[in-house]
Amino acid sequence: VPTHTFILNGKRVSVDCENNVRVLWVLRDLLGVTGPKYGCGMGVCQACTCHLNGAAFQACSVAISQIKPRDRITTIEGLAATVGKELHPMQQAWIDHDVAQCGYCQPGQIMAAVALVKDAHASGRQITDADLDQLRNVCRCGTYPRIRDAIKQGAANMPIHRVKARKKKTTHTHTVAHH
Amino acid sequence: MLGYLIAAPTLVAGARWAADPQTARAALPTAQPVDNYDLTDLLTDATRPTAGMISIAVNRDGTVSFALPRSENGQGITTACAMTIADEMDLPLQKVRVTLADARPELVWNQFTAGSNSMHSLWTPLRAAAATARGRMTQAAARMWGVPASSLKIRDGVIFAPDGRTASFGDLAERAAVSKTVAFRPQLKRLSDLKLVGTAQRRIEAHEIVTGRKRFAMDVPLADALPTMVCRPPTINGTALAVLNRSEVLAMPGVTDVVLVPHTSTVQGGVAVRAKTFGQCIDAIRALKVRWGKGPVDDKSADTVLADLKQAEVPLPPAAPGGTVIEQVFTFNFRPGDPLEPNTAVADVRKDRAEIWSPLKSPIWAKQQIAMNLGMPVQKVTVHVTEGGGSFGRRLYCDAAFEAAAISQKIGKPVRLMWHRTDNFRHGRVHPMAISRVRAVYLGDNVLTLDQRHTGVATDFTEGFGEIVSYVADTPPNANYLGYSSGIFNLTANVPYNFGLVSQRLDEVYQYNTFNTSAVRNIFSPDVRTAIELIVDQLAKAMGKDPYQFRREFVRFDRGRAVLDKVAQVGNWGRAMPAGTAQGIAIHHEYKAFAACLVEIDARPKTVNRDVYNAYTGPRVTKLVFAVDVGLPINPLGLQAQMMGGSMDGIAQALTYSLHLKDGHFLEGSWDDAFYTRQWNTPRDVQIIVMPPTGDSPGGAGELGVAASMAATACAYARAVGKMPTTFPINHDRAQLGFDPLPYVPPIPPSPSLPIQRARRARKHVRHRQQKTAH
Repeated sequence: VPTHTFILNGKRVSVDCENNVRVLWVLRDLLGVTGPKYGCGMGVCQACTCHLNGAAFQACSVAISQIKPRDRITTIEGLAATVGKELHPMQQAWIDHDVAQCGYCQPGQIMAAVALVKDAHASGRQITDADLDQLRNVCRCGTYPRIRDAIKQGAANMPIHRVKARKKKTTHTHTVAHH
Repeated sequence: MLGYLIAAPTLVAGARWAADPQTARAALPTAQPVDNYDLTDLLTDATRPTAGMISIAVNRDGTVSFALPRSENGQGITTACAMTIADEMDLPLQKVRVTLADARPELVWNQFTAGSNSMHSLWTPLRAAAATARGRMTQAAARMWGVPASSLKIRDGVIFAPDGRTASFGDLAERAAVSKTVAFRPQLKRLSDLKLVGTAQRRIEAHEIVTGRKRFAMDVPLADALPTMVCRPPTINGTALAVLNRSEVLAMPGVTDVVLVPHTSTVQGGVAVRAKTFGQCIDAIRALKVRWGKGPVDDKSADTVLADLKQAEVPLPPAAPGGTVIEQVFTFNFRPGDPLEPNTAVADVRKDRAEIWSPLKSPIWAKQQIAMNLGMPVQKVTVHVTEGGGSFGRRLYCDAAFEAAAISQKIGKPVRLMWHRTDNFRHGRVHPMAISRVRAVYLGDNVLTLDQRHTGVATDFTEGFGEIVSYVADTPPNANYLGYSSGIFNLTANVPYNFGLVSQRLDEVYQYNTFNTSAVRNIFSPDVRTAIELIVDQLAKAMGKDPYQFRREFVRFDRGRAVLDKVAQVGNWGRAMPAGTAQGIAIHHEYKAFAACLVEIDARPKTVNRDVYNAYTGPRVTKLVFAVDVGLPINPLGLQAQMMGGSMDGIAQALTYSLHLKDGHFLEGSWDDAFYTRQWNTPRDVQIIVMPPTGDSPGGAGELGVAASMAATACAYARAVGKMPTTFPINHDRAQLGFDPLPYVPPIPPSPSLPIQRARRARKHVRHRQQKTAH
């Protein structure tokens, strides 16, 4: 059984696992990181959304063999540390707007929201309602309107300039943020 | 209520009903019996005999614990209970610890989460228990200091003597404890003295949720409980006859067990696979070769079910002479009842005992049935209730717990059972398909009669509802299941207007378990009320009246008129709107509460055909205004959330969300096949108004939002396109399905495999669908 090494929430981890196991199960079943949730296992509901080197990806849809030792995976558990705070501005916005009901989809919603805002900021613009319409994350409780409000607040409090700066030197941005 | 103090090392206080209050055995009026006695009364009466077993504990650290005998699935009752206790005790909210109680059979009907009844039934017992604890601690402090209890003041969990001495609840926890259970008369606060109840409070576990620490059943740390999934039959309730390649699959990476699980009355079964990871379970299930037996509905499709429903419909009596008849039959298709967290349960069954973890709304039934299934005494089975990732009626049914227990017993190891999403859609529990005939007769400015004949696929009420109906209504314990359905229907269906003689009746086809059905959120009401509200608009039109003014004139409850007026005013009813767009308005009364909803819909081609990748778009609700009167709102913020969520449900059920039955299976197998509301169909303007208190106890909230919003959306759509829809959801009979149905063998799709550079844009690369269909 091959060994896979990568950086998980700022710490280097190694795990013995067959190549084709998807990242979601490596995180949840082998490493005990249970923030990312299973909602479909088809890349549809986005409840397992995490960040790979700062960009959103569906952990249910990527085989662990594709993850290289330099890759940084951030789950909801490690999100706050990427900004060196107790809570990421998006998490704080979620609390301020009392977004969650059952909470099952919300880790994925928050991770998708952060990535959406980063994408918009990276191209030098603010998020729009049209951007929010593109979010695919399913929330069966129907918290969608509060999610929209929270993302707008979270976006306003995310450091737009630092995101742009990071784009140029992608190698050690997040690890720097951890220490 | 009479309080009492329970023998314990620290203070434990409970309460019970001092006298036996009215019960269901009181005579029921015949016209609309539901006006005098409804499902809320039934469920609350069922809790009364054991209300005294609701207790809270004061801990040495000054916190107060409450093991809530209900299920929390996002409806916010843990927060509302914490607020109730904190307010009654003068304790900071964050010092109340609410957990979910394990199954307690001695509670009988008082550990059943259904009918939006939790806060209604717990409100008084919980306050009485809290007031008992508060009173007892005051008494203990007074004795300790030798001062009159009346001279003491309480603030933030601390008792103050006139001379400045203080004692915290923690200090008094042991001193106030009793060694023998004794009665105690609690002094409940006056409602006007409550400070926390009625204020907006955020969910108590919000921080855990946003940091990913909230634990669901699949997150229970039981190391040996390895991932387990079931390979399910190609058609509904089919049976696995033989596994043809067991050793081959056992040899696959990670796989530890492969076992045939026969279909029984409580276990769906198939072939169970246990492995190191769920990913390996998925691979193994796809590799399994199984000989399948037929299912009981292999010959059924939506059109044959519809024909059966029409056949079973009971004819209406002759219409009142002299009036004008408006009559229509509406069709409500099957739709999923599943939350986002799939069916899950952890089971550790040993030779002489069993331990189960699952998000269960009927845990006592689960415990008793599991004991029976396993052949163990009930007390050897421990059932833990985990917080659930949504319910909407689904968690009433203990399918995953039954199945996990059966598998764990069979292989002799702990299992972590999870249903695949595709299984949830195809083998999960559904809102039963139904037709609803409504006939109104009017003469001049009066409606003389309204009759409704609702005919549906049988709903499974064996999860606990049925037994409560039997128990409270004093019918034989094994009353037929149709009796259960009719009982629930008669306790919920109502017409909130003065329409003269009114009759509403439910009939059902098939057995309760022919299809896997569920008392999906708001049960019959979304369909029943949508059908009526559409006819109300027809009546208004026929009489030349405005839909809002017509309702205002005919509504027979002042509270109903107040919420109606509120949404009309806030929503600017009657404003000029472009062709192809329109407003719709509707009200609903249930759970001792009133709701009104106004929506604006855009059904213009530009909106209907808007392009969102791999999505069904269609008409969009652009604005939604909702007013809610629950009597006494405990947490207005949580109440708003429930109405918002209920409205997203209502919009979906009116416009987009359904299942297509063909040859014994549902075609939908993914969230991209069954179109529950997504961001692209979410209204951008949503306003929820909580009305000021109109009563002294909280009505129900969790299901209240669905019927009014579904009906308002349907009415708005009818007005926008100039034609009343008669089939729901309105996109159900579209020309093209809009997706390629996943195969049935193997029963679940492979895990997607995206190259890393594409994974970053994963949403662009999900399964391709056929050309999108504009409605």
